[in-house]
Amino acid sequence: MQTQPATAPATIAPETTPTSGAVATLQALIAEGVDTIFGYPGGAIIPIYDALYDFKEQLHHVLVRHEQGGIHAAQGYARSSGRVGVVFATSGPGATNLVTGLADAQIDSTPLVCITGQVFASLLGTDAFQETDIINITTPVTKWNYQITDATEIPEVLAKAFYIARSGRPGPVLIDITKNAQIQRFDFTGYTPCQHIRSYRPKPIVRNEYVEQAAALINQAKKPFIIWGQGVMLGGAEQEFKTFVEKSGIPAAWTILGVDALPTDHPLNVGMLGMHGNYGPNVLTNECDVLIAIGMRFDDRVTGRLDKYAKQAQIIHLDIDPTEIGKNVPTAVPVWGDCKETLPLLTALIEEKQHTAWRQHFDEFRDQEVAAVIQNELFPTSEELTMGEVIQQLNELTNGDAIIVTDVGQHQMVACRYTKFNQSRSNITSGGLGTMGFSLPAAIGAKFGAPDRTVVAVIGDGGVQMTIQELGTIMQTGVNVKILILNNQFLGMVRQWQELFNDRRYSFVDIASPDYVQVAKGYYIEGQRVSERANLRNALRTMLEHDGSYLLEVMVTKENNIFPMVPQGCSVAEIRLK
Amino acid sequence: MERQEYNITAYTENQIGLLNRIAIIFSRRKINIESLNTSPSEIDGIHRFNIVIVETEEVVRKIAGQIEKQVEVLKVYYNTNEDVIWQEMALYKVPTDVIAEKALVERLLRENGARAVVIRKDYTVFETTGHREETDNLIKVLQPYGLIEFVRSARIAIIKDSEGFNKKLREFEQREPGSEVVENEYLNSREKVFTM
Repeated sequence: MQTQPATAPATIAPETTPTSGAVATLQALIAEGVDTIFGYPGGAIIPIYDALYDFKEQLHHVLVRHEQGGIHAAQGYARSSGRVGVVFATSGPGATNLVTGLADAQIDSTPLVCITGQVFASLLGTDAFQETDIINITTPVTKWNYQITDATEIPEVLAKAFYIARSGRPGPVLIDITKNAQIQRFDFTGYTPCQHIRSYRPKPIVRNEYVEQAAALINQAKKPFIIWGQGVMLGGAEQEFKTFVEKSGIPAAWTILGVDALPTDHPLNVGMLGMHGNYGPNVLTNECDVLIAIGMRFDDRVTGRLDKYAKQAQIIHLDIDPTEIGKNVPTAVPVWGDCKETLPLLTALIEEKQHTAWRQHFDEFRDQEVAAVIQNELFPTSEELTMGEVIQQLNELTNGDAIIVTDVGQHQMVACRYTKFNQSRSNITSGGLGTMGFSLPAAIGAKFGAPDRTVVAVIGDGGVQMTIQELGTIMQTGVNVKILILNNQFLGMVRQWQELFNDRRYSFVDIASPDYVQVAKGYYIEGQRVSERANLRNALRTMLEHDGSYLLEVMVTKENNIFPMVPQGCSVAEIRLK
Repeated sequence: MERQEYNITAYTENQIGLLNRIAIIFSRRKINIESLNTSPSEIDGIHRFNIVIVETEEVVRKIAGQIEKQVEVLKVYYNTNEDVIWQEMALYKVPTDVIAEKALVERLLRENGARAVVIRKDYTVFETTGHREETDNLIKVLQPYGLIEFVRSARIAIIKDSEGFNKKLREFEQREPGSEVVENEYLNSREKVFTM
């Protein structure tokens, strides 16, 4: 099973009178169980917005302040709820403003259906007002896209769009509808959800011989190591994964998109992989004898230098996308399939073990990392606040139950390294694309996707200024999002690289900030700034307990570096503690 | 690994935009397409791409996987030149008076496996099919006789060992029933899922 809608798609009865393409579009969304749309109107999508006026009870539309905000919000919604995020945008600039979010969703496998308006079909290719060739522009960053020029295509194409977006390895789909097709009336013969496309096989067939080979390797292994990614959650296989880990007794480490599939405090959870991951998991990747990769794609931020990555290990790779297997690292045993299906098969064949001595290695490295990095970061003795201690205090107050939404950069690494997660779908971050400006709108969407949960957007002072206009969306919708700005007065991660690798030539990373509290007040959002340790905990508590959105700006050390670090071009075993 | 010519055969739905989607897979990796041909296949509604690139097998294997991953692509094979029977077609335009006066046309045609497609007062068009070196050869021969124009088609190729795609497609559709079956099942339970 893959990411499923909370409500199963429904068949809609044929209309007796001719229906407009715009109305058929909205009826398709309702049939697919859509309840929330993020969007921004414009000339080429007016007919759909006009129809939406009569569907306000069934379809909640969130008016964002920029289409990039709209699509990041839809991503946040999809990631927190496990449902398909839906976006509306107009033609031309409206559609091109979606490109960053599409690329982000494509690389992070987020299910989206974007509906863009387009100029009249008769004007296509004439450089008409607000015309762009959005199908060709978005081809490399969508799982599928399609242009509708005739209203009769709408039911079938939208059914395909939702099926493709959510099935197999999920991804973004863009449907471009020309204005004439939105207006055109046709005999709506009903909506039938798509369950099959002749040329599309979302899940490879599980081959038992590979599962058996994988189990045999695992059973013989002396120093096995599990690394997992978001695929566990996309497959809804958190429980199957936990059972597998516990029976195998194998230490397991995560990529940043996978972190929340297993509780942080689980005794077999040994931490984060990759460039700013934990010391032990990185070093021991190059010591394990069997490496079991589950629902992850060996991103270069995880592997470091490939020709020195886990060369001693036999690699077992479980993935729903066959093209990920063997893409970056040679695989000894490929286990194609949805991990919801393959993990139980594997668990049944493996022996129950403890691997006590091997696990102690991880503990030893953990102790070294605590002494060299973690202690100072979470419990600093210096005067200035660290990002780590802010996250540590937040952990204590939220008890690991909040959804944490981050951008990219130092604050992201700190938040992912130090946040405690108790439940799945709690860590929402821009993983593969590393999009600044993702966090604030994604947090808005995450709250709509999981209204009962506390949502905290953790953002750097660079990222927040990229989509700060979405404070307007918060103002208008009244959505309850906690905004925690970690302000180090720099584009911190770039500055860190310049310090370490460019002789401290701080080229254009010194970024000034507005008075965020005043900006928030301008949008009728409460807030405060903190720079003293003595006030931090109370400020965080005030933010969390406030009835409604709240902006907290924390002034942190300007030139703090994120360690450990695998310098680019180095092996994971060359990870530096300072 | 050695770089050599590989023939990629892709069976796809006949869909606008798919050519671009496939071309992007090559261009984003900065791989040049040496030859590209698309045509209907023996199965109604299914098209066939023949793409030739010069690459290592590892790269070709990954590319083939990426193409097959596209929603509208049914199946992709890749083969070396030894694994396929392939042909290209070439047309040569030469002045009729020169060729008639100076060349031993009959011999020229026989030796190069060519045939005259059009004979006009002002020019004659010959055609050959074959591998690159064979069609290249006639260019050299005709050059002294005032070759006016030359054009060569993309490569088409048939895989020697495969049983064709018909059987594979039937296997696919048996494994994953087509929309007709699913829709019929759905229609039977329509009362239960009807919401509006």
